[in-house]
Amino acid sequence: MAGIYIHIPFCRKACHYCNFHFSTGTGLMGDMLKAIVKEAGLRSQYIAEPVETVYFGGGTPSLYSADDIKLILEKLAGLFAVTHDAEITLEANPDDIDAQKLHGWKNAGINRLSIGVQSFLQSDLQWMNRAHNVQQAESSIVLAQDAGLTNITIDLIYGTPTLSDEQWKLNVEKALALGITHLSCYALTVEPKTALADMIRKNKIADVSEDKQGRHFEMLMDWLAAAGWEHYEISNFALPGHRSRHNSGYWQGKPYLGLGPSAHSFNGKARQWNVSNNPAYLKSIEENKVPFEEEILTPVQQLNEYIMTALRTAEGINLAAVETKWNGPAAAGILKGAGKFLQNDLMVLNNNNLVLTRKGKLMADGIAAELFGEE
Amino acid sequence: MDKIRNFCIIAHIDHGKSTLADRLLEHTKTIGERDMMNQVLDDMDLEREKGITIKSHAIQMQYTHNGTTYTLNLIDTPGHVDFSYEVSRALAACEGALLLVDASQGIQAQTISNLYLAIDNDLEIIPVINKIDMEGAMIPEVKDQIIDLIGCKENEILLASGKSGIGIEEILEAVVARIPAPKGSVDAPLQALIFDSVFNSFRGIIAYYRIFNGTLKKGDKVTFIATGAEYEADEIGVLKLGLEQRTEVKAGDVGYIITGIKTAKDVKVGDTITLTSQPGEMIHGFEEVKPMVFAGIFPVVTEDFEELRDCMDKLQLNDASLTYELETSQALGFGFRCGFLGLLHMEIIQERLEREFNQTVITTVPNVSFYAYTSRGEKLVVNNPAEMPEPTKLDRIEEPFIKAQIITLPDYIGNIMTLCLGKRGILINQSYLTTTRVELIFEMPLTEIVFDFYDKLKSQTRGYASFDYSPIGYREADIVKMDILLNSEKVDALSALIHRSRAQDFGRKLCEKLKELLPRQQFQIAIQAAIGAKVIARENISAMRKDVTAKCYGGDISRKRKLLEKQKEGKKRMRQIGSVEVPQEAFLAVLKLD
Repeated sequence: MAGIYIHIPFCRKACHYCNFHFSTGTGLMGDMLKAIVKEAGLRSQYIAEPVETVYFGGGTPSLYSADDIKLILEKLAGLFAVTHDAEITLEANPDDIDAQKLHGWKNAGINRLSIGVQSFLQSDLQWMNRAHNVQQAESSIVLAQDAGLTNITIDLIYGTPTLSDEQWKLNVEKALALGITHLSCYALTVEPKTALADMIRKNKIADVSEDKQGRHFEMLMDWLAAAGWEHYEISNFALPGHRSRHNSGYWQGKPYLGLGPSAHSFNGKARQWNVSNNPAYLKSIEENKVPFEEEILTPVQQLNEYIMTALRTAEGINLAAVETKWNGPAAAGILKGAGKFLQNDLMVLNNNNLVLTRKGKLMADGIAAELFGEE
Repeated sequence: MDKIRNFCIIAHIDHGKSTLADRLLEHTKTIGERDMMNQVLDDMDLEREKGITIKSHAIQMQYTHNGTTYTLNLIDTPGHVDFSYEVSRALAACEGALLLVDASQGIQAQTISNLYLAIDNDLEIIPVINKIDMEGAMIPEVKDQIIDLIGCKENEILLASGKSGIGIEEILEAVVARIPAPKGSVDAPLQALIFDSVFNSFRGIIAYYRIFNGTLKKGDKVTFIATGAEYEADEIGVLKLGLEQRTEVKAGDVGYIITGIKTAKDVKVGDTITLTSQPGEMIHGFEEVKPMVFAGIFPVVTEDFEELRDCMDKLQLNDASLTYELETSQALGFGFRCGFLGLLHMEIIQERLEREFNQTVITTVPNVSFYAYTSRGEKLVVNNPAEMPEPTKLDRIEEPFIKAQIITLPDYIGNIMTLCLGKRGILINQSYLTTTRVELIFEMPLTEIVFDFYDKLKSQTRGYASFDYSPIGYREADIVKMDILLNSEKVDALSALIHRSRAQDFGRKLCEKLKELLPRQQFQIAIQAAIGAKVIARENISAMRKDVTAKCYGGDISRKRKLLEKQKEGKKRMRQIGSVEVPQEAFLAVLKLD
């Protein structure tokens, strides 16, 4: 099984922390739609497996009308073996959501919404430069549920300079009270070359505190565990049966096709990514050429990606799987490297699976790096 | 022989010795402008960069004065206390010395001790004040200092500037007029004093010598008296800008010999070359060079040990004063216990390994050589903390003492007293060399100098102090072995032998320093200093708070993998002690304590 990711590289305005590829000029949206559809045709051979998930991300996919989304989905259905029960997610911003659009998306085949709420606090939304307000954040969720789109995930950001512990608690409580089924929570990362990085450099806003981010993350794990949610990936929580199948594919090393500027694709052995420039992408597609760069992964690189992504999941690193897909020494190497983490309660070994403990989840990056194999 | 003059230059670091030498070579046209490169004699990159001379060199000039042509042999000597013995042999090869003093800095301790060596060797001293055109030149004051020191007349002091070429002709005239010609007989049995040797990868060892008596001919069978080895003089000659072959070199002159010797160890500085068929006496003053400071050198990556061994072998080919033997450390694996002449020598070896041999090494805490007397009456020489017997098996320990000579301005006497007494020094003498120059003599344990003495002395006196020392034997001392433990695992490479009275303070500071140098990890690290089972200091490094990024989706995976792979690569330079990662620089933390 495989997934398809469509990158919609437009936003109404730029969030101060974002370093994804997008343009706030929407003049090329029409051309882009045609180009993405055309790219799908050019790359129909990339995956042979049944497509079980489709994901519209960005950028802001909700800028496109329901008809546009429908056009893309129909094209995909013609080119790929999209299963009848496929999970089809659309990222939407609260300010784009209204009853009519929701109805259209649902008819087009969308069955899961990812709503970019980020916070239920007006002060947060303001400094982030989000296009929506708190009221829109809440009402968009209710509207979606009313329209029958009940499989909803929202994004929340924690550990921001102005967010107190109390406010963080209110944010999470609000989310749970709204009856969503999935929650992605991110510690605010200051990416270089973003407005946020510049604001911090100029002392206009406080830098993020590692201490606060750690604390917020621990609080979050406690609250959601108490509410019966599964913490199935470092940043992702779900009610039973509502894990994101598309994102789980990434973490399980399944192939995926990425369409649109800057979109990444993976066929199990090589990763490739399209050019991160809208006009360059359009021009190339116009000439029937997919503008991409490619990296062929060595077995060790494949192993390291497995270690890195699997370690972040509730299932952890399966040593038997490593032994089968790579070799015995690779599995032994991981286990040896894990020694000090097991000893210090950062990891546990459950039936041949190395799983991070609550404490270990705060250290996933460094631990993964130490478990990496070498060429 | 009466047309030969052999001389050297005595100067403190930075007083302009190498620049002045360059001017002399230019002036005598020994070297064309085209070949001129700053500091011709310092031909190791490291020497040029540090502005110091590490090895002795020699160069011959032809100088014509009033229609007579003289052969001048300039022997350039190292200026650092670590190389005192080499200096003494180079001085022994000369009849005279230029005493070079910086016009703005005046006389320094190093200058004085080398000057005394020169006077002991009956050298004719020609005082020269250098850098007279520099701002801050205090010519009258420096003249007074020189007169006080060597009792010369004011008009015997020459004024010069190596930079702008002032006084060069006068210096050459004085060399010819004042320095006596060598004495000796070309027909007497051969006596040639080896004052240095260099390694050439094609020719093997090239030994430099000064002939006191006799004549050395190409093809002669020669004996090196101290080593007792016999060789054939494959090639002999004199030292110009390069080697210049001759069929014979006679008494009074300076030259080189190539005999096919492959390693520097076989050519000992201070040894006498003589003819096997007609042996002469050994020249007085030969000593085996003994290392003063010992430290472990280990490859950063354990697998590189064999490569490091090769490099050490090669390095020793041209540095006979480096000694080493195999050492095994639990923390660092296989490496070498090396003996150095002093801390500068240790630094030089480490840098040469890194630059010339491309090795990345970990150098461990340096220590001096202790004598341990066991309760069974044995005497052990301990060059490594790991070799120190258990306290219960020890009768007593002796440590090496030195006589330290410090010259400074009166303002800093207080600071220096505090520093030296704090390092277990005993003040022996205090005397005013001039109204503004004080000489302090202390007896001190060498081990206290090894750690951080130079830097402290410099900072306590704002650089206005110079320092020299000579060993004066062993004395009983209450030495203990202090261990460092990381998460309860002993790090043998960080163990130190130290006086009991200093252990508590030292342990505390070392723990604090390690706390700064060890990166935070995913769990807490306990750093402990202990004597035997007794913990005397402790620090904790708290666990990292959070080390995980939020997202890991399709596009992030390769970017993030690369990031983490790089992170892992960076950790390769660290050593794993139990569960703790220790960066290279932590092993030398002990040298950087405040």
